[in-house]
Amino acid sequence: MNSNVISLLNLENDNPQCLAAEDYQKDEGKWCAGCGDFGALNAVKRLLAKEQLKPEKMAFVSGIGCSSRFPHYVNAYGFHGIHGRALPIATGLKLARPELDVFVVMGDGDCTSIGAGHWIHATRYNANLTVLLLDNNIYGLTKNQTSPTSPQGTISNTSPSGSVLPPLDPLQATLGVSNASFVAQTADWVPAHLYATLQAAYEHRGFSFVRILQRCPKFTPDVFTEQVKNPDLTELLVHENGVNAPGLDKLFKASREHDPTDIDEARALAQRTDLLRLGMFFRDESFPVYDDIRTVSPVSAQEKIRKLEKEFDRYAV
Amino acid sequence: MNSIANSKTSISTVSEHTVEIITDSGEGAQKCAHVFGQTCAKMGNGVWTVEIIPAEIEPPAHTTTSTSGNIVRFGTEKITNWGDQSKLAVAFNDQVCLSRHRLDSFDDNCIILHECSWETHEDENVREQYAKAMEEMSSKNYRLIKVPIEEETLKVVDNAQHGKNMFALGLLAEIYQRDLSIIEKQIAHIFRHKPAKITEINVELVKRGMAWARDNLKFQYIIESKPVVENRVVMTGNQAAALGAVAAGMELCAMYPITPATSVSHELAAIIENYGGIVHQAEDEIAAAGVALGASYGGKVALTVTSGPGMALKTEFLALAIMSEIPLVVLDVQRGGPSTGLPTKVEQSDLLSSLYGQPGDAPRIVIAPRSIEECFHSMITARRIAETFRCVVIVLTDANLASGVQQFTRPEFDSRWQQDPVDFSALPEGLRPYDWDPETGLSRRIVPGTPGGQHTVTGLAHDESSKVSYDPESNERGCRMRSRKLAVLQSTLLPPPIYGEEKGDLLVVGWGSTQGAIEEAVDRAHDAGLSVSSCQLTFLSPLEPGLKEIFSRYRKVMTVEINYSDTIGDPYITEETRRYGQLAWILRAQTLVDIDCWTSCPGQPLRPNDIYNSILEKIK
Repeated sequence: MNSNVISLLNLENDNPQCLAAEDYQKDEGKWCAGCGDFGALNAVKRLLAKEQLKPEKMAFVSGIGCSSRFPHYVNAYGFHGIHGRALPIATGLKLARPELDVFVVMGDGDCTSIGAGHWIHATRYNANLTVLLLDNNIYGLTKNQTSPTSPQGTISNTSPSGSVLPPLDPLQATLGVSNASFVAQTADWVPAHLYATLQAAYEHRGFSFVRILQRCPKFTPDVFTEQVKNPDLTELLVHENGVNAPGLDKLFKASREHDPTDIDEARALAQRTDLLRLGMFFRDESFPVYDDIRTVSPVSAQEKIRKLEKEFDRYAV
Repeated sequence: MNSIANSKTSISTVSEHTVEIITDSGEGAQKCAHVFGQTCAKMGNGVWTVEIIPAEIEPPAHTTTSTSGNIVRFGTEKITNWGDQSKLAVAFNDQVCLSRHRLDSFDDNCIILHECSWETHEDENVREQYAKAMEEMSSKNYRLIKVPIEEETLKVVDNAQHGKNMFALGLLAEIYQRDLSIIEKQIAHIFRHKPAKITEINVELVKRGMAWARDNLKFQYIIESKPVVENRVVMTGNQAAALGAVAAGMELCAMYPITPATSVSHELAAIIENYGGIVHQAEDEIAAAGVALGASYGGKVALTVTSGPGMALKTEFLALAIMSEIPLVVLDVQRGGPSTGLPTKVEQSDLLSSLYGQPGDAPRIVIAPRSIEECFHSMITARRIAETFRCVVIVLTDANLASGVQQFTRPEFDSRWQQDPVDFSALPEGLRPYDWDPETGLSRRIVPGTPGGQHTVTGLAHDESSKVSYDPESNERGCRMRSRKLAVLQSTLLPPPIYGEEKGDLLVVGWGSTQGAIEEAVDRAHDAGLSVSSCQLTFLSPLEPGLKEIFSRYRKVMTVEINYSDTIGDPYITEETRRYGQLAWILRAQTLVDIDCWTSCPGQPLRPNDIYNSILEKIK
């Protein structure tokens, strides 16, 4: 692990009623040593402990890929679905059971390639979901194919001479969708920031989209090496309503005050490639939340029958 | 036919008639036919209505591709299908008339009341087109009667486009002596949100049509009716399916627009929120299946509604539902295929893909309603089976049922039709998400929110705890348990009823919407002294029990289906190369009986007469 990693995992647990981060662990993660997915899992477990969420009251929905094994490793309800389709499942679950906390975990192939259509529309539905895009810029599980987010020139099994297209930027794409209500970026090598970003995402009412930059130890170990080695290449977006991770200002000299309600600046910042930017790009809780606007009052079976009788009067001969 | 000779009007009593109202798109044929059909039903006649729909919204007017309209078959007895050719037509122009003629839709002696103004139209091309159409149709013995529909309509309204349909209704009302007071009530109901003047004008047009017919047509038909002894309703199959979904307690329908299924969601969208549910219009067919699956996972039994091309897109999600044993109801309103095929027209071509349309072994339940009434009840059955068996249930209707209109006995609602509330009580220690009963494969459904039930659902091979397991034993056990459920369901079913004698020379086996036409053909064969029976299957997966024994009682067995099969004797087609109708494939494989088939895919429902002719051919 990188020397900059600040481990905040080992919280003391004095109260037996209280669930500790490790209580949210189910099976041992079977990712490769050094996989960025571990960092995301640790941050999520800390968040769950911080919020003291009941394991039966939350669900983790994923697609297919290394990162989509995530639900198997969390003590919660989980749905390890099919490639690219985590968002429709999560949307349906949330519509049926709005009281559950629903988390979605996708890889870059899952979200930005095979499931891209769902990503655009789920952003627009703005259902109250906490959405983690675990973006390591490569297809790992299928063994080293170029992903939409792979930097141009990436050597992979499907582009042995280097990938030919510039990468798709998930932040720009999400910020371009109407009704997008929460867009943030963080990185696996800055656990404090990762944790703080997930905390903000969880607290946001709406579709909280978090892109987590991470490295695949097998196929993209060096994709962020420059940024990991030289914190000056990273700019933190800070604001009282943004992601607030104490102490990081000592690590990252470059920081920018960015009001996350400013969509124009958010888009402009997402488009810039001069520095890597971590933090809250955009957040607006005023947008309609799909599971709120589609919630209808339950109706008893007897009442339904009474109404159906009236309905059938319309068709009576 | 009994004719009463009369110096003025000949009045014939017939047991039934089939009437077409054919117009350009947007000229109100549907409204005319709707009121006419409803009036017949209220007067105690059996009725079946079929829409003639162009694929385009507004195709060029006055052409053979613009035909829009309705066929109404009504009679003294119950009417179960659209019957054979039409006996009478009201046509607003020569080209729509010609298009129906070319489709062989008219009986050889059909009476065709058609707009005559085209004959003397100012445009020479129009006049010529009219003359050519009349010439082409003169090959038949049609009784072509010119009617100044537009001229008469303009005496009441300024724009004949909004009125000709009601004048036409008046013609039909007089010819068939329909009760004007019923028609008036229907019209008042249609325009109840408009000023009373609108109803008055429309009724005035009907009366004018009646008067014109009285003064100019020298014939009338009497179709007697029987007193209505039970409460009945009249609706389309898609309306029935939508109401069935509500009656079944389904609270989420996720869909993507596709013809001819979409109107199910229109019906649902209009009412479901009063029942605590919603229609979610998804971004695509795949997402519609996914949202429905997610909602079912969350404790609802959700519905997704589609047609063939949508089924193709949903396959991966259906397999996931089957693998993870999450109940899901899928309504497939079949249309012609493959690919975009015949979007507005009927076919029974999704049977094999519904049964086998997934990689791997993916057992699911498939049922096919045989009537509009069954479109309603099937949704309730489907929901209950899906939940009990933790399985995907596909309900196969088709474009014929979807837009056909038929009366049926008003259902007596039962609160048990509704879904039971989800049991969220804490799970006993050690209960696993797939604690399959080794006999039946059944297991308790655990819904998120249940304390102690946390597990991860996966489409990967898994054990009883839902843990991913690739070992041979786990995979084989999972396959066995998922498959066993179908056999268990079959053990609860009764053998299908036989229409006609319990044994004989020929058994016709159909499925789904063809029941009425097949049984009518069997009746004709019976009347002609032939030993023919029929049997209409509802359950296609699992099949109803006892089929092999039933088939053994007949010298020959053949399926009748609206799909493609090869004909022996065609180039290259032999016993070895012949591809059979879809049900025939299944029955041959399941029973090892040498079952023949007669199939047709004309993009329209089968006619009793065509089935009858196939019976004559096959019984030899």
